[in-house]
Amino acid sequence: MAVLSKEEAKQIIDKVLAFSKADEISAGLTGSRVGNIRYARNSVSTSGEATNLSLSVTSVYGKKSGTATINEFDDKSLEKTVRRAEEIAQLAPENPEYVPMLGPQNYLEVNSFAESTAAINPDFRAEAAFKSIDPCVKKGLTSAGYWEDRTGFSAMGNNKGLFGYNKATSVDFSITVRTNDGLGSGYAARDYNDVSKLDTALATEVAIQKAQASSKARALEPGKYTVILEPTAAVDLLQNMMGSMDARNADEGRSFLGKKGGGTRLGEKLFDERVNIYSDPQNLEIPGSPFGGGGGRFGGGGSDGRAQEKVVWVENGVVKNMYYSRYWAEKKGVKAIAPPSGFIFAGGTESLADLIKGTEKGILVTRLWYIRAVDPQTLLYTGLTRDGTFYIENGQIKYPVKNFRFNESPVIMLNNLEAAGKPMRASGNLIPPLKIRDFTFTSLSDAV
Amino acid sequence: MAGLGTGAMMLPGFASGRTVSPEALMEPWLDVAVKKRLADAALNAAKSKGATYADVRIGRYLNQFVITREDKVQNIVNTESYGVGIRVIANGCWGFAAVADAQSDAQIAKAAEDAVAIAKANSRLMKEPVELAPQKGFGEVSWKAPIKKNAFEVPVKEKVDLLLGVNDAAMKNGANYVNSVLFMVNEQKYFASTDGSYIDQDIHRMWPNFTVTAIDPASGKFQTRNSLSAPMGMGYDYLQTNPKDKVTGITTRYNMGYDMLEDITSAAQQAKMKLSAKSVEAGKYDLVLDPSHLWLTIHESVGHPLELDRVLGYEANFAGTSFATLDKWQSKSFKYGSDQVNLIADKTQVGSLGAVGWDDEGVNTKKWDLVKDGILVNYQAIRDQAKIIGEKESHGCCYADSWSSVQFQRMANVSLASGKTPLSVEEMIKDVKKGIYIIGDGSFSIDQQRYNFQFGGQLFYEIKDGKIAGMLKDVAYQSNTQEFWNSCVKVCDDRDYRLGGSFFDGKGQPSQSSAVSHGSSTARFNGVNVINTARKI
Repeated sequence: MAVLSKEEAKQIIDKVLAFSKADEISAGLTGSRVGNIRYARNSVSTSGEATNLSLSVTSVYGKKSGTATINEFDDKSLEKTVRRAEEIAQLAPENPEYVPMLGPQNYLEVNSFAESTAAINPDFRAEAAFKSIDPCVKKGLTSAGYWEDRTGFSAMGNNKGLFGYNKATSVDFSITVRTNDGLGSGYAARDYNDVSKLDTALATEVAIQKAQASSKARALEPGKYTVILEPTAAVDLLQNMMGSMDARNADEGRSFLGKKGGGTRLGEKLFDERVNIYSDPQNLEIPGSPFGGGGGRFGGGGSDGRAQEKVVWVENGVVKNMYYSRYWAEKKGVKAIAPPSGFIFAGGTESLADLIKGTEKGILVTRLWYIRAVDPQTLLYTGLTRDGTFYIENGQIKYPVKNFRFNESPVIMLNNLEAAGKPMRASGNLIPPLKIRDFTFTSLSDAV
Repeated sequence: MAGLGTGAMMLPGFASGRTVSPEALMEPWLDVAVKKRLADAALNAAKSKGATYADVRIGRYLNQFVITREDKVQNIVNTESYGVGIRVIANGCWGFAAVADAQSDAQIAKAAEDAVAIAKANSRLMKEPVELAPQKGFGEVSWKAPIKKNAFEVPVKEKVDLLLGVNDAAMKNGANYVNSVLFMVNEQKYFASTDGSYIDQDIHRMWPNFTVTAIDPASGKFQTRNSLSAPMGMGYDYLQTNPKDKVTGITTRYNMGYDMLEDITSAAQQAKMKLSAKSVEAGKYDLVLDPSHLWLTIHESVGHPLELDRVLGYEANFAGTSFATLDKWQSKSFKYGSDQVNLIADKTQVGSLGAVGWDDEGVNTKKWDLVKDGILVNYQAIRDQAKIIGEKESHGCCYADSWSSVQFQRMANVSLASGKTPLSVEEMIKDVKKGIYIIGDGSFSIDQQRYNFQFGGQLFYEIKDGKIAGMLKDVAYQSNTQEFWNSCVKVCDDRDYRLGGSFFDGKGQPSQSSAVSHGSSTARFNGVNVINTARKI
């Protein structure tokens, strides 16, 4: 019942709209079934499943809006919710930045739903966990992992004729394997819409190899190094940068895209010319949401109903677009480009192994950890390497090295791009392994 | 994301629950007799299906957020979430199930049966049966946070007027932009267990805060200054200022009462001053750390590594493990810090975010030593961990962030004890030849075993030959936990003691958020490595 069909969702939304007495009304209906299994010390620690179906109604009088939410769907409850949203709206202060609701939109077809994922049950999860734990037990290693699968839908409609519906599935898996002496640790993470693409044993094998190879790490002096960031390491820094491309902050002069003397750096070449970043909700590897102002794979993040489309953010190193709220776009007289739900960093054809082979001296980074902004002006971030850091010499991994703390800006990093390999999916984005020169490590960490 | 979240980033997840009117937040909830009846339905159903232990949490969670920028109200959000979570042990294994909006015995009994079924299913993969530290039942008892004014009773208009008033003061004092927020939380929790406890608790939290931004258009540079308030386990009374709650000095800081108007006026001026402040020269400095800053260093480098579940490896895939391994504790000689360093865990401290009468598994709360005269002496443990460290009872620090989340070990308030010898901040600074005085929390990051950390701040003042020599910027310090706490040479006395804290300590998969306070007086750390964070892009 948690995942309604398009027709079932539309029927409820139409009923809600018919109860309205306000100037404007919109209804958002979301449902999901989320299951998880977590393990540590080679044993399951928690697992569970939760379903949710929820309706959110926003009523508007002039520039005053109010929202009420409910998870009961009989006519009486629906009407009560509409009345409550209207009462809250009438009591609310006027929002001078309110923009009237959108009319009908043309949404792209996205293929974000997989029957295989929707069919997952507790036994399936337990088996997936077993396939990850068992090889670790057999090799005398310790596993800790987490699996979460989601099946859900999102629908929205308003009294201006807008209606949208999308259903989606996803599965996220991460595994840390540690040697029992505590000196080695390896990590792998995978995410897909279609669970049939996920092999927990295969991902665990990667983590096992890294754990075994990372024991007895040597200390290198902190400083500037050529690094190869695996997609699981690069994604966090890139996501932080993409999350800072809001146009209003740039126009107001409080963003890395603000410019000396006022204005923004839109149209400026800010990165190496091989940097190309775009978003595409129809990409088959990372199918996104057809509507909404961003917010991930279920389209529930944005309530204004803007159609998602293909957007080029950075082309040949030049900033081509920023994203806007509808209010700010109207004020600036520009198209209200919505933030994306995932992005694609265009790469080449080289594999991670190829990049390693072509490196004279460098450091391979599996994962970055506890990344926090140090200076929003320059997008300087700090954080640490974790779960598999290795020294490369003459095209080969020579030995494990102790973890480093870095202080680096993705803007500087993407100016120091040496090579981008073949992209792979990481946290809902497509990211290539990146070879970067002069990456700044500022201290050593004893952590394994 | 693991670790401590930043306010704005964590807000969407935090504001879970249904959206309601502000008036609905004041509506009375279920009578305690009804809650007892529902709880008994859960406990009886669990026992009849074979559970050897069961607890039930019937929770109503209320949040209100008032969010403004400059002269505009951006959003007012009121949320309510109600439901029941049932945890059981069957076949020696934990099982958990939760049900939203449950009002009938039958709904709750069904959830209890589901929890038992999950426990039995998971017991096939179990290595060792769960063993709980003994806990006596307390019968029917209650606890209320000792607040003077319930923030939810204050009309929204009064809150909006307060924020727009402080925003106006910021703009008049040189700010280019200002964002301000009031966060208010009320947890109404009823706990019952097969040990014979029926515990009714009413918990309040409050956090007023802001960010002021100053811009220099000519250079394209901007600087911010965040509020020096702390999230507190208090009601609206936190905003009633009293001269005795103010610590005057180079800038005013606050104890149990916060003057938002005064702080934002200073903040606007200081944000402008930061634009032309001297960029720090990297090197070793003696650091004088104000409690509004030091709380975060305590949180990351003491609170987390001494969580027993991390030490044992239960967080290995996400939040990480800990350098403070059992052998170090067993040695009884591990020098966590200098002799000046006494670190205390406390779930009873009045006004703190972690204060409750009983934790989320029915254990009465307490206070205990973690580090005594510099030596590691204990961890934070709950009922199913107590025996691992030879404790006869739990420390009472089990928490779930919602009725729908399973409770697990969370951080108690962890604080640095004040120095025993009378010492003021001015006297402390007088002895420092080359140092930096840091006020307010800023950027923060620490590795997954809690060795290497880096912290920023809000305000940095250079100390030269015992005197404040002016404002600095681009400051961050890096150290190693054991090295840092062993470099602590002095802690000011109790007159300077204040609490800091966070609403958003993240841990677990799926991640749960917990609120926790950390107290200290100003402390001095010698020879800490300071880096310069300025870059050009």
